[in-house]
Amino acid sequence: MVSRPTPALTRDAIYAILNEVMDPEVPVLSVVELGIIRGVEVDGNGVTVTVTPTYSGCPAMKVIEDDIVAAIRAHGVDEVQVKTTFTPAWTTDWIPAEAREKLRAYGIAPPGAAEHDAPVAIGRRRPVVRCPWCGSGDTELRSEFGSTACKSIHMCRGCDQPFEEFKPI
Amino acid sequence: MSGDAFEYLLRLGDDRLVLGHRLSEWCGHAPILEEDIALANIALDLVGQATLLLSLAARIEKGSRDADALAFLRDAIDYRNALLVELPRGDFAFTIARQFFFSVYSMLQAAALQRSTDEDLAGIASKMLKESRYHVRHSGEWMLRLGDGTDDSHLRLQAAVNGLWRYTGELFLPDELERRLAGAGFGVDSVTLEVPWRAQVDDILQRARLTVPETKWMQRGGRTGQHTEHLGLMLAEMQVLQRQHPGAAW
Repeated sequence: MVSRPTPALTRDAIYAILNEVMDPEVPVLSVVELGIIRGVEVDGNGVTVTVTPTYSGCPAMKVIEDDIVAAIRAHGVDEVQVKTTFTPAWTTDWIPAEAREKLRAYGIAPPGAAEHDAPVAIGRRRPVVRCPWCGSGDTELRSEFGSTACKSIHMCRGCDQPFEEFKPI
Repeated sequence: MSGDAFEYLLRLGDDRLVLGHRLSEWCGHAPILEEDIALANIALDLVGQATLLLSLAARIEKGSRDADALAFLRDAIDYRNALLVELPRGDFAFTIARQFFFSVYSMLQAAALQRSTDEDLAGIASKMLKESRYHVRHSGEWMLRLGDGTDDSHLRLQAAVNGLWRYTGELFLPDELERRLAGAGFGVDSVTLEVPWRAQVDDILQRARLTVPETKWMQRGGRTGQHTEHLGLMLAEMQVLQRQHPGAAW
């Protein structure tokens, strides 16, 4: 292997690498922006990254872990470990404002505020989800389940286009 | 206590694994495309939760079995799921009514388990809670739509509710093991979930113009391994690959 200058092994350097690891299902968001990186520890020559899963059954989580290990190894660090934590549980409230704008520009309506412990409203009006294409609030939920666990399907009456929403959770 | 905890985690894990498999049977067969995707998504959540719970069971057992061995190499008699979740999927109304009954139960159970003294179980419960909340919303909205829909959808949903009712009592059976684990702060005594469960279920049944069945007799047996004949047939299909090709991997 071509020798590469080993970067100073600092938390900031590892975060810089993680900022380049994209969610395979939503490739405009890095794993950091997604909010699933819960800690980075540097110990001698080893790095431990703690992640929290998005959904229990999300098939992308394994791919994401492999991508994290590969990206850090590519920078000359051999000992890379990924640990999983479930507490606190992941929430879309952790996705920062700039990342929400990236989602919108990509054609996915960003998540509204998660409702956490409020009673589950059944058969009641839901918060308006704005169309990421034309900005109209005249939209309709078609299905709370979409192409991936994290998205729902909507229809915009303003521009007659279907769109996905990153579900607030 | 570790023997109790293992047994209890099998109950939690098996409920979700078996129901997840039953839901997955709809893949490619649901009445509309959106529902096909919805049911497959919910199945994925439940199988994901089962993986976490059975992995924790395997760690506590400290034997040679992992979550896959627990899922694919146990016989029906060693499964600890409630009978409710193993019944054949039936029609769409039956699937929805069962999903609603189970999701409300799971949501209440997860909310309580978040306070488990076991950090791993508490963490898994916090994920289950978020997921079961939108499972409740999905099936609850279908309860209203079908119950208060056409004559046919109303009749079918009422028939499903009537058929399922006698399997709901098992979810709340008084049980020595659960009392011990609740006392130790590890688990939840399911008996305490019945009153809030009935309140939420009665509310939706009423709004959906459905009648609460008068059935008093409740079936039981799943928690002790006495299952209906349906579970064996389901496991035969679910487990065939690992039984015929032990250790096969993707």
